[in-house]
Amino acid sequence: MSIFVDENTRVVYQGLTGSAGRYYGLLNREYGTQVVAGTHPRKAGSDVDGIPIFATVGDAVAATGADASCIFVPAPGVPGAVLEAAEGGVRFIVVITEGVPMHDEARTFAHLQRHHPDVRLLGPNCPGVISPGRCNIGITAGHIAKPGGPVGIVSRSGTLTYQALHELKEKGIGCTTCVGIGGDPVPGTNFIDCLAAFEDDPETEAVMLIGEIGGSAEEEAAEFIAERLSKPVVAYIAGMTAPPGKKMGHAGAIVSGGKGTAAAKVEALSAAGVRVGSNPTQAGEIMAEVVASL
Amino acid sequence: MDLLEHQGKEFFASYGLPTSPGEVAFSAEEAVAAAERIGYPVVVKAQVHVGGRGKAGGIKLATDAAEARRHAEAILGLDIRGHVVRRLWIEKAADIAEEYYAGFTLDRSARRHLGMLSAQGGVDIEEVAATAPEAIARIHIDPTEGLSEGACRQWVADAKLNPAVTEQAVELLSLLYRAYVEGDADLVEINPLIVTGDGRLRVLDAKVTLDGNAQFRHPGYAAYDETVERDEREQEAHARGLQYVGLDGTVGVIANGAGLAMATVDIVDEAGGTPANFLDIGGGANADVMSAALEVVDGDRSVRAIFINIFGGITKGEEVARGIIEALGRVDIASPIILRLDGTNATEGTEMLRPYLSDKLRLAPDMVEAARMAVTASAEAGEGRP
Repeated sequence: MSIFVDENTRVVYQGLTGSAGRYYGLLNREYGTQVVAGTHPRKAGSDVDGIPIFATVGDAVAATGADASCIFVPAPGVPGAVLEAAEGGVRFIVVITEGVPMHDEARTFAHLQRHHPDVRLLGPNCPGVISPGRCNIGITAGHIAKPGGPVGIVSRSGTLTYQALHELKEKGIGCTTCVGIGGDPVPGTNFIDCLAAFEDDPETEAVMLIGEIGGSAEEEAAEFIAERLSKPVVAYIAGMTAPPGKKMGHAGAIVSGGKGTAAAKVEALSAAGVRVGSNPTQAGEIMAEVVASL
Repeated sequence: MDLLEHQGKEFFASYGLPTSPGEVAFSAEEAVAAAERIGYPVVVKAQVHVGGRGKAGGIKLATDAAEARRHAEAILGLDIRGHVVRRLWIEKAADIAEEYYAGFTLDRSARRHLGMLSAQGGVDIEEVAATAPEAIARIHIDPTEGLSEGACRQWVADAKLNPAVTEQAVELLSLLYRAYVEGDADLVEINPLIVTGDGRLRVLDAKVTLDGNAQFRHPGYAAYDETVERDEREQEAHARGLQYVGLDGTVGVIANGAGLAMATVDIVDEAGGTPANFLDIGGGANADVMSAALEVVDGDRSVRAIFINIFGGITKGEEVARGIIEALGRVDIASPIILRLDGTNATEGTEMLRPYLSDKLRLAPDMVEAARMAVTASAEAGEGRP
């Protein structure tokens, strides 16, 4: 099994007619993802390399049975696109777009919680999700991931996610699902959501968690791991040497007022029984030991 | 995007919050002229992007022109925790009876807005939170609902402000919340929020961080970006659209992706070296972005070696290699480069680079080894720049 998406997931791409949407949408289809539709308010009836375009997500769902959406529209259009997807009837929404204002994220998330509690949002500003060999939604290069298991990955950083998939593949270790939750202040799906899903997934036997400075998501994940997770967790936290008050690329990656330091996160995770690697390679090596002893 | 105090006050005033009259001054002459227009007593305040200005001697009361001149001369050029004062705010002095704290920000764990209000203002709120958490009244706000008058009234009551200002406080906090939301701020903070001798609430200091991502609906915010302090290297990188943060070390870092760039900085430190910067060149690694990155990093006089760490995902190794080869043909780089190229088609990319390898461009088999090589190269270069 896998979490969130598998070979039966049918995906509609909002923004498939744009350059990034088209590029990744077609790559995802080539990987084997069921890319069943695209949307554009004025291009209904046309197609992108054989993928039919509908005016709205609702129309796409009715015609193709899509149950997930992947959003590539520019940042100002993201809140509207997410609501359209939720109202259109999909249950899983992935937003790749970066640069969405914090207040838009907070409002959109709160709206979904209230009016569409069964809909899961992933992102914004995330690489997406891949269940290797089954489904790839987003911008991850599919071939760097080895299908199978037993490791599930959840990460706040895009390239470090790829690095982790690569390290594991080099060691012959497969991945059930790899979720990039993104580095923004209001992630639709957080560490805890993914940890809970991995705990319930029988094929996932160990979890790799990749965090970074800023906020307290890793500390909360540590608490959840200590209380609820029966599976071993290996972690890596980026930003050990990051100076306070400086944003390190991601909107959420900042140490401020002495909070959000990597040291505090490593300490919380270690206290919860998580083995933390001091660099991505070492985290991969630790995971190999963990997998060997399963 | 952090605003200076006077910009924060202008921002607040545009939403109807009560602030004191004041003017910006860049010289002692301008300061005195402003003070004369405003009327004494005035407060001469250093405008820098850092806290602790009062303790550092950056805020002084002046009762006449001679005093205003003296203070302005003393404060201009003052170094406050690494920030040199170039701009002053001359403000009508307020008669302070009480000092409160009020602020809104996002509570990331709750994924909702958080309001904080305290009758103990004028001091570091983090310290109040640590020593007397009960002195801060907190309110969580659902972003789809906003701050209702009833909830706001209860919040004010919980904070135990002087009951005489309750009505004013409810109105002011509603306006502050509006500024926070409609102004797309990550943080709005008034510390202190004062009660004047004649019983009026007023904004005495303003701390505002605006969300740069929201500039598309606030074109005026571009002007604020121009006053953000950056060192020479950061200014250069910013102008070229690069995600760059200057650090103090000797190993320059270039990586694709924010997480990988952070990890690269960490691994240089772990290998016993000192990183000179954080630089994320994003997903691709074409010649344009690579040459810009190399120029910025090599332009840093402290840099002795450059560590390029690229993981190819969708971007293939050949494209990365082509970008580097072309960039090296365009710009003349003083420091030796250590390159780690991994991921999609790394072998093909490596083959393309082989004819170009020398003492100035070396390939590392992995990230850990690359860090060691870069640290060694920077140590060998010593004090003298190669």
